[in-house]
Parts: sequence; structure tokens; C-alpha cells
Amino acid sequence: MTTPPRFSATFTPDVMAEIRRAADTGLYDIRGGGAKRRVPHFDDLLFLGASISRYPLEGYRERCGTDVVLGGRHASKPLHLDIPITIAGMSFGSLSAQAKEALGRGASAMGTSTTTGDGGMTDEERGHSTKLVYQLLPSRYGMNPDDLRRADAIEIVVGQGAKPGGGGMLLGQKITDRVAEMRTLPQGIDQRSACRHPDWTGPDDMEIKILELREITGWEKPIYVKVGGARPYYDTALAAKAGADVVVLDGMQGGTAATQDVFIEHVGLPTLACIRPAVQALQDLGLHREVQLVVSGGIRTGADVAKALALGADAVSIGTAALVALGDNDPRWEAEYNALGTTAGAYDDWHEGRDPAGITTQDPALAARLDPVAAGRRLKNYLSVLTLEAQTIARACGKSHVLNLEPEDLCALTVEAAAMAGVPLAGTSWVPGRGGY
Amino acid sequence: MQTVDLATTPLRALNAALQAQATHTNQTAWEVLNPRGAHAIAVGLDAPIHVTVRGSTGYYCGGMNKSAHITVAGNAGPGVAENMMSGTVVIEGDASQYAGATGHGGLLVIKGNAASRCGISMKGIDIVVHGNVGPMSAFMAQAGHLVVLGDAGEALGDSLYEARLFVRGTVKSLGADCVEKEMRPEHLAVLADLLARAGADADPRAFRRYGSARTLYNFKPDNAGAYG
Repeated sequence: MTTPPRFSATFTPDVMAEIRRAADTGLYDIRGGGAKRRVPHFDDLLFLGASISRYPLEGYRERCGTDVVLGGRHASKPLHLDIPITIAGMSFGSLSAQAKEALGRGASAMGTSTTTGDGGMTDEERGHSTKLVYQLLPSRYGMNPDDLRRADAIEIVVGQGAKPGGGGMLLGQKITDRVAEMRTLPQGIDQRSACRHPDWTGPDDMEIKILELREITGWEKPIYVKVGGARPYYDTALAAKAGADVVVLDGMQGGTAATQDVFIEHVGLPTLACIRPAVQALQDLGLHREVQLVVSGGIRTGADVAKALALGADAVSIGTAALVALGDNDPRWEAEYNALGTTAGAYDDWHEGRDPAGITTQDPALAARLDPVAAGRRLKNYLSVLTLEAQTIARACGKSHVLNLEPEDLCALTVEAAAMAGVPLAGTSWVPGRGGY
Repeated sequence: MQTVDLATTPLRALNAALQAQATHTNQTAWEVLNPRGAHAIAVGLDAPIHVTVRGSTGYYCGGMNKSAHITVAGNAGPGVAENMMSGTVVIEGDASQYAGATGHGGLLVIKGNAASRCGISMKGIDIVVHGNVGPMSAFMAQAGHLVVLGDAGEALGDSLYEARLFVRGTVKSLGADCVEKEMRPEHLAVLADLLARAGADADPRAFRRYGSARTLYNFKPDNAGAYG
């Protein structure tokens, strides 16, 4: 009798395929998107809902507010958003001009903001975004004082969840003439972005950099500081101490246009693990709600939005989900995904610029496939659903505003999630790590 | 001449006054007294006015300058003229780290020495340093010119793109992908013009030119080590 084939739990087919790919090419694997591995996430939390001890609000009749103000700490013109869901920074270059326009259209229709990326501000995105956050990144591609002044807020990017401690890259296939001109680079090269800012190091310097940006813009603009999930307590505390109006905290499920797979999957903290330490840092400084916390990385549903807010965030930010709403990884392009050696739902070679959906590309023919008006409408619909879902949950918990959700409204399905979120394991009063055990 | 004394005037009031000057202002000459190392002096200017700071400045003096002509009669702290777009910034003394970082245009003249990372990620600015520059100068420099009349520290021009570097003295070491290149007549002409505009009395023929070998422009297995 023969022994049936037995596969290794360590050397899985995926692992062996990657070993063969590395041996063939001598280069690490680069891809887009965020961590694909399973990590504790919002799915591991549940809302308790109302009961005898608290009463719910009536849907459709009793108001449940969703507006949020970002940046009122020091800025004379804070950002007033109608919903607590913003669009994360994604560059023109990594995305097509059509995709940037669609993001602006959808977000503006819902009264929320979009964000530039590592490539400067385009007239299209400024024109189609009623509220636009302008990123200051280590590369400073396209950075100029005129765009600083026409932005509605400034986001200093220290890191992002997909690669805390890493720089950026944009491969030559996407460095078209226009992208090259905006970045002052030769056309067609593989562009690298530095991982540290060129003119400051550490929180004390960052405080001075924030001062300079405020002086250039007349203390009008909210200044955000974006960090990747790594040491959320200290990073949040240091950003707040440096003078940030808003801290943007991006967990490891947060996407990237192009990064080494080993970096995406093995560096950083899950989003769920980031929120409570960051909130605690703000509470310890007496700045919770005065400095707003925006959480990103794997937000998909209104439930995710509500859970992030319940844990203490003031708003969330979405990137990957927004691209999916526009049409990324849509099964309608399955034949073309197959031709690229992948399938709808798994396509992540965003850096190669051959996106059949016309989103993560600079190819004019592919980009033309995305109708920015229709795609913007899809994003608006999606944002509307996220908001309605979050309101539904908030009302069920008896909250007249989504920001009134609180940890007490939650329980966790796993010990790990309970420890990370600082809420009781379902059916118990046990919060791991609290009370000495 | 408009005079602002920072011993009695808040920084915000100074910058607001300077930023409010229009292209055709008749208040073209400004003097700033008692800077005492304050940060962000004369940042975000957008008119062809002349500003003289009498004393030494802290971080980011002249940051994101457009059109203005700023002179620091003293030393400048880190990031002087960072991300400058146009105009001129002249430092009579020494400059700290990151001088001219990411500058897109204009002319930065440092009559003393510049510390490390002078011209980091420069994107079109011209920088003339009468003295020496520190390590890692012109790191990832994309466009523009860095002229050094003295010596350059280690790893000059590391990961260089298309900026041109001219050094009259010694170079302690060249960074990854930075190589010495032939000095052709067109380079001598560019250099002579920069030296003249910077008030530097030097013979262009005494300089060496450095630029990118362009071997790191595309990811290849042979370069993997260089990417770290």
C-alpha cells in the first residue's frame, strides 16, 4: 500500500512557489495592496446592542449624526466632514487621472475629503475634490507652496501601515511623461522614494517643521501626521506633542501601490491592535477628541467604521475599499486577469501598470476604461452604505451620533481580539491584560 | 527700508507682513533684527522683495521661497531654503544640515561651509557653497547644480539622479552610483555663470564634475545589493 502524498505545513505550495520565483529572478517580490495574512481584525468584535439597561434609537425617525470636525486644535479653518469616512492618500502616478477624479467626485458628493499622494497635486483632483488633503512626503515630489495654500489640510506622512519604516517605489512602467515631469525624474526609470524626510529627524524637528508649514499657510490649515502602525502609543503621543491637529494611524492591512511582499506581510501591527494604545496616548495627554484620530487599514463595512469609532477613533480612512468600489478586481475583467496570471479578487500587481480596470495604471487605453463620473457615483453609493450601516449600529446601541459609540458597546470573539481592543471576551467580563491577568 | 525687530515683534507678524507683499510692492527692502536663532523666518515669501536678516537663524529660514531675495548676515540652521522655488537665498556664514533640501529652483549661496546632506533630493535648485560640504550631500539629487569650492565629505551624490555636481577640492568618497564625468565646454559655461552669480572668484577649469552612472535606474538582480 502506498503512502498518500503529504504536504508540509511549513513548506506549503505557496511558499515553495515563492522560493522558485526568488530563485528564478534574484529579486524580492513587489506587489500592491496590504497584508493578506489573517490577523485579528474588526470581524473579531461584536456590538452588544441595546437591552433593558439602555434603549435604542428609532431608525429613520431619530437622528444619528455622522459629521466630524478635523483639525480645530490649532488651525483657523478646520475641516468639516459630513461623514467620518475619508479617502486615504493615493498618488497620481500609482493611480490613473481618471481614478483620482472619480475619488474626488465620490468623496465630494458625500461631503468628505480625499488625499493626494507621493506625486504632488493635480489640477484634476483639486478640481473634483471639495476637500483635499495635501501630503508632505519624504520625496517631496511636486511639493510647492502654491499647492500647500490651495489645500484644505496638510498631512505629514511619517509612515504607512503596509510598510512602517519603508520608502516608496514606482516602477518605470508607470513613469509616463506627465508623472516624470511632476516628480522631476527621467521618464521610465524605477523611482525610489526615501524612507525618511530630507530635512528633519525625530519629533523635536517635526515640531519645527509643523511650525514652518503653519507659518507658510497662515495657521489656517489643519496639519495631520500619518504614521504606520508600529508603536501607536508613543507615535501618537509624539505627534500630538509636536503639534499635530490630527493623527492618522494606518494598520498593516492598509494598502500600498508597490512594496516588497515580505515588508507588507511581516512589518507592522494589525489595525485592531493600534487603536486603543493611540486613544490611550491622547487620553493621557488630555487631548482625546481635541486631537482627532483617523484610523485606516482594512476598513470595509459600516461595521468596521462603527467599531473603529467605538474604540475611540474620530474618523476612518479607506483606500483599497475605495478602489474596489471604483471597479478594482471586478470579475467583469476576469479573462484579462487570467491573461496576467491571476484572477479577480487576487490581482495585486498594481505596480506593473497593466490594471484591466484602468485604475492602477498610466496606460491611456486602460485608463480610458474607467468612466470617472460613473466610478465616482459608485464610490458615493459605497460611502453612503458605509455611513448608513454605521448609523444603524449606532442607533441600535442607543447613540444619537456615531462618535458616541464607545468600547462598552463591544465584546470580542477571541482572546486575542479582546486583548487588543481592550473589550471583554464575549459572554464574560474578562478583558485580557486588565486586572492582573 | 522696513525694519522688523523680532525682539519685540512675533514671528507670525513678520511672516504675515512679508507674505502680504505683492509683486509690485514698493516696500521692496526689509531688515529683520534680533533673529536670535528663531525658526521659520521669512518662509513662504512670494514677491521679489529683499530681506536681510541681521544675525543667525534657526531651522528653515527662507523655506519654500518664491521670488524673494533673502540674505542672512550670520549662520543658518537646518533646512535653510528648503524646497525653494525661485529667488535667491544668501548665507554670509555657515549653514547647518539639509541646506537647500528638495529645492525646485532659485539660487542658494552659502559663503561659509555647509553641513551634511546639503542639496538632498534637490529638484532644480542651484546651490553654490564657497567652503566645504558635509557627508551625503546631494543624496538622491534629481536636478539642478551643486557647486562646492572647497571639499566634499563622504558619499557625495549617493543614489544620484540627474543633478550635476561640481567640486574644486577633494571628495572624500562618492556615494552609490555617483561617478566623475567629463567636464565639457557646456559644463564650464554653466559653472562659470553659477560662480559669477554667486560672487565666487574661481576658475571653472579647476573643478571636477560628478553625475549619475544611471546603473540604479532600474531594478536588476545585479544591483540588488545596492538597494539594501
